[in-house]
Amino acid sequence: MLIQKFLTRFGRYIELMGRTFGRPDNWIMFGKQYLKEMAQLGVDSIGIVLLISFFIGAVICIQIKLNIQSAWMPLWVSGYVTREIMLLEFSSSIMCLILSGKVGSNIASELGTMRTTQQIDALDIMGVNSANYLILPKIIGLLTMMPFLVIFSTGSGILGAYCTAWIGHVITASDLTAGLQHDFESWFFWMGVIKSLFFAFIISSVSSFFGYTVEGGSIDVGKASTNAVVSSSMLILFSDLFLTRLLS
Amino acid sequence: MIELQHLHKSFEDKNVLKDISTTFENGKTNLIIGQSGSGKTVLIKCTVGLFAPTKGDIIYDGRSFVNMKKKERALLRREMGMIFQSAALFDSMPVLENVMFPLDMFSDENYARRKKRAEYCLDLVKLLDSKAKYPEEISGGMQKRVAIARAIAMNPKYLFCDEPNSGLDPKTSLVIDELIHSITQESGMTTIINTHDMNSVMGIGEHILYIYKGHKEWEGTKDEIINSDNERLNSFVFASDLFRKVRNEMTESNK
Repeated sequence: MLIQKFLTRFGRYIELMGRTFGRPDNWIMFGKQYLKEMAQLGVDSIGIVLLISFFIGAVICIQIKLNIQSAWMPLWVSGYVTREIMLLEFSSSIMCLILSGKVGSNIASELGTMRTTQQIDALDIMGVNSANYLILPKIIGLLTMMPFLVIFSTGSGILGAYCTAWIGHVITASDLTAGLQHDFESWFFWMGVIKSLFFAFIISSVSSFFGYTVEGGSIDVGKASTNAVVSSSMLILFSDLFLTRLLS
Repeated sequence: MIELQHLHKSFEDKNVLKDISTTFENGKTNLIIGQSGSGKTVLIKCTVGLFAPTKGDIIYDGRSFVNMKKKERALLRREMGMIFQSAALFDSMPVLENVMFPLDMFSDENYARRKKRAEYCLDLVKLLDSKAKYPEEISGGMQKRVAIARAIAMNPKYLFCDEPNSGLDPKTSLVIDELIHSITQESGMTTIINTHDMNSVMGIGEHILYIYKGHKEWEGTKDEIINSDNERLNSFVFASDLFRKVRNEMTESNK
């Protein structure tokens, strides 16, 4: 029964994506929507990304320095570990998990409200491919912005780590710099970006699916919003496992 | 002209529409009436293609809607305008952009001409002054008028209205009815209104279809309603004391 329900839902998701990935009815209107979504889903998320990454970067640095580092370890270890954690997991995977909450619920509730107030029906009646007009700019917009968010997150985390040196004097700035520069593997950066693109697709498409297919009223919009966040978070965690194995 | 041919619609094992056949003519205000839950909204949603009928066909000026290809259906939909029960305005856009939306999407005209057309439609519904406002800043009646302006922006051949008067005061309802009726007559479009407002029935009902529990119970004009001996229709239309009095007076004056 559960498998049947999953397969039915997956089939509807594929069908919706089939309608979404078509040629836009009007490229100018698509461009406008694309810019709007980049601002709404990407630019509006910069603040939360910078804030969380800053504090996590600082905390990782303090934790490593105070709890892991010992006399027989080089002084640059804290900086090195901070960089690796930020690049490999936090800025790509954990940040996307956080964004699935913010962006995913935003997408699902917006589309769900449009469905319950018949705005999507109005688009369909006009002859507009509503899935293409509403969902495609969200997917492309988030895919465009996500690599920038990952870069901002890494940068902000490293800045947070530096603040522990400048303000908290937990570590010296030169030790931190030495750690950040030690044995740098540029592929790790690209790995984070590639992973984030997959996660951006999961967040935008899964949340759009739950919002677009809402049936009922405000309670159902709330449920769709929760389902969107839970489902995209689970999918991010599973795909992170496979992507990490695949890309490492 | 829209023809419904033996239309059936079921949801799982529940038959909501049962063998409905009728013709909605051009330039006429066609009304679908019936109690809540009788299948009016399902009928209008089947007609515009939001629901696929289980059986039967819908013919738009000789074109079968059911057997149409996806692309042809999208093109036909550009000849349709619809006013929803909730107005269904795009709440992220101001009034003018709402009306311009179908023009921006499908019209080849330049921006100035599209804007001029949208302003003309807004002027027609007497809302040009509110063009910069957002839907949440205007009243329900005004939202319905904006919905009318948006629906007629593309000069549709077919206009559908799903309970356009619901939630409106009687005076505003009359304004909406008159507006739809006059636009229908001026443009010669085929208009179908889904309503249970008896003022609309008596005011603008040129062709009335009465749906009872999913089947066509009665069909005629507003004048024929007065003399109808269909008990179900009479108990629905003349449910209030006021309408019964009006009917009795009209019947007596005719004698």
